[in-house]
Amino acid sequence: MGPWSGRSSARGAVSGRLVVTYPLHGSYHAPAYFYFSFRSNHKMRMNSMTLLRSLAAAAMLAPLALTAQTNVTGAGATFPNVIYTKWFDEYHKVHPEVHINYQSVGSGAGIRQVTEGTVDFGASDGPMTDQQIADFKTKRGTEILHFPTVLGADVPVYNVPGVATGLKFTPEALAGIFLGKITKWNDPAIASANAGVKLPGADIVVVHRSDGSGTTYVWTDYLSKVSSEWQTKVGKATSVNWPVGLGGKGNEGVSGLVQQTSGAMGYVELIYAIQTKISYGLVRNVSGAFVNADLASVTAAAAGAAANMPGDFRVSITNAPGKAAYPISSFTWLLIPAKIQDPAKKKAITDFLKWMLADGQRMTEVLAFAQLPKPVVAKELKAISAVK
Amino acid sequence: MLVTLALVYELWVNSALSRHQFGWHFFVTQTWDPVAGQFGALPFIYGTVVTSMVALVLAVPAGVGAAIFLSELAPRKLSDAMTFLIELLAAVPSVIYGVIGMFVLLPVIKEYAYPALKNTLGWTPLFQGPFYGVSFLSAGIVLAVMILPFIVSVSRQVLMAVPQDQREGALALGATKWEMTWKVVVPFAKQGIFGSIFLALARALGETMAVTMVIGNDPKIHASLFAPGYSIAAIIANEFTEATSDAYISSLINLGLVLFALTIVINGVARLLIHATSRHSAQPA
Repeated sequence: MGPWSGRSSARGAVSGRLVVTYPLHGSYHAPAYFYFSFRSNHKMRMNSMTLLRSLAAAAMLAPLALTAQTNVTGAGATFPNVIYTKWFDEYHKVHPEVHINYQSVGSGAGIRQVTEGTVDFGASDGPMTDQQIADFKTKRGTEILHFPTVLGADVPVYNVPGVATGLKFTPEALAGIFLGKITKWNDPAIASANAGVKLPGADIVVVHRSDGSGTTYVWTDYLSKVSSEWQTKVGKATSVNWPVGLGGKGNEGVSGLVQQTSGAMGYVELIYAIQTKISYGLVRNVSGAFVNADLASVTAAAAGAAANMPGDFRVSITNAPGKAAYPISSFTWLLIPAKIQDPAKKKAITDFLKWMLADGQRMTEVLAFAQLPKPVVAKELKAISAVK
Repeated sequence: MLVTLALVYELWVNSALSRHQFGWHFFVTQTWDPVAGQFGALPFIYGTVVTSMVALVLAVPAGVGAAIFLSELAPRKLSDAMTFLIELLAAVPSVIYGVIGMFVLLPVIKEYAYPALKNTLGWTPLFQGPFYGVSFLSAGIVLAVMILPFIVSVSRQVLMAVPQDQREGALALGATKWEMTWKVVVPFAKQGIFGSIFLALARALGETMAVTMVIGNDPKIHASLFAPGYSIAAIIANEFTEATSDAYISSLINLGLVLFALTIVINGVARLLIHATSRHSAQPA
């Protein structure tokens, strides 16, 4: 924040220490003539509009300007980075005294850093394991709390010449393809669900993420639920030992490879598939309906799972019940320590959580993230009081 | 110096768990399964070495050839202009190489190089099997382009440092320009050229971003260059941020140690060679 921006000079003016806000003052002793010319220059640069604005801002911010800045740092999940950045930015506009700095370094790194105490909160696309929670307890002497923030989904994407978007996939077909058992596009497991679509006899080239990712966690979590063979042979994690396939770095790497390779099939986040206009398929849910992934069907999956939401919010909503539920959906979580020593930080974090569950939720859909279902929001609002 | 020591120390300490748990098996097993906690480094070491070798095979003849052209044949002005352009290649960020490799080079390789290689060299185990674009071969080609400027630029410098007397002497003895270049100039600059090759190799071994975008990221060992693979630098970049268990992180750091050892040895050799050459050319024979 430089001295030229309306707010900081306004703050200075209100507290009667305009000079003090110059960054030069503390470290660099300019000769007096330079200093004064610098200052008058600054005044001249302010046109009447800025002046008016600063005065208005000054009137509003006067009480806040005197309180100290609270800096909160967080790190973790990359998948919700877009919405988190927007939230922290918007929150800073309404609460200028709070500055939240978020580093999207990956869920694994987020969990590590919050456990080590190098950040105030973490963020993860997969819930922490019991082992990780136990580690947190021994290192920090308190609990870690999960707060779902938004919802996302993975979609199966493909590039089959002559086949349009909207191919239907059964859970068995998806597991079979990623296990390397279904190798041709005209395999009965795929063809039977797609009557009327002419499928070629081409080889299926599986593409997966090469970097550790929450997207992979959700995808493998789903496959583990629908295929016992997948669960025993591969399992679920942010990176796994893939039975077949090529690895692409990031969503862009996967979609790039799929778009370039005839007969390829992979998985990306829903938002990414929409933005790149790549063909993606429908997936059959527990009720037997083939569901297209969109914000409504993702929220429906969360609503289906909300009924049995455990107290700690660590719940996987892949393969969720409900007729309209899209089965490969997931929450993403903020990880907040149950005891925050610094009262200012504690207040900043809990206030932000409350704001995120109310105003914040209204900003998600523009960025193609699905809102939390109402019962989940209500439950979280109660859980905030556990942060001491 | 201190930074290097601190680096080695950090790598050594943080990879202790992995060394303790897997021992030398780490270097000879092929399974990389984060879910089961099984970590073997062989596919990554193999991928790193193979892609670097492919890059050298392609870049050394081209690079040294270009350096000879620039120092011996091209007019001075053209030589300077071209060297400038070639050195610019070294300043291109590697992610740009990766993107170009992925979207421009892969389709070209698939369309032209793959059928040609398959038809002519398909009988060797090196050029068999299906080709998806991403492969050891593609990674090697992208690396070759990336290391070319190092070879050209350093080799040209060394060739130009060859004393003029040597050239004149050879010509006076009745040598043709070709004989003069091959029998006098190149042998004189030999060590310096080797130095440039080792520098290029060190760069190829450590390259991360461009490689991971075109190698296919599949931790398996295949004899065929058409098959996808993985490299040490690529897996560290890909999986470090999401590595959660201690053995997992420790294994990734252990891989870093392996890569560090490889590059240090190569850098050391290169430095010695360049040192030897520069002394040579400083005092004309």
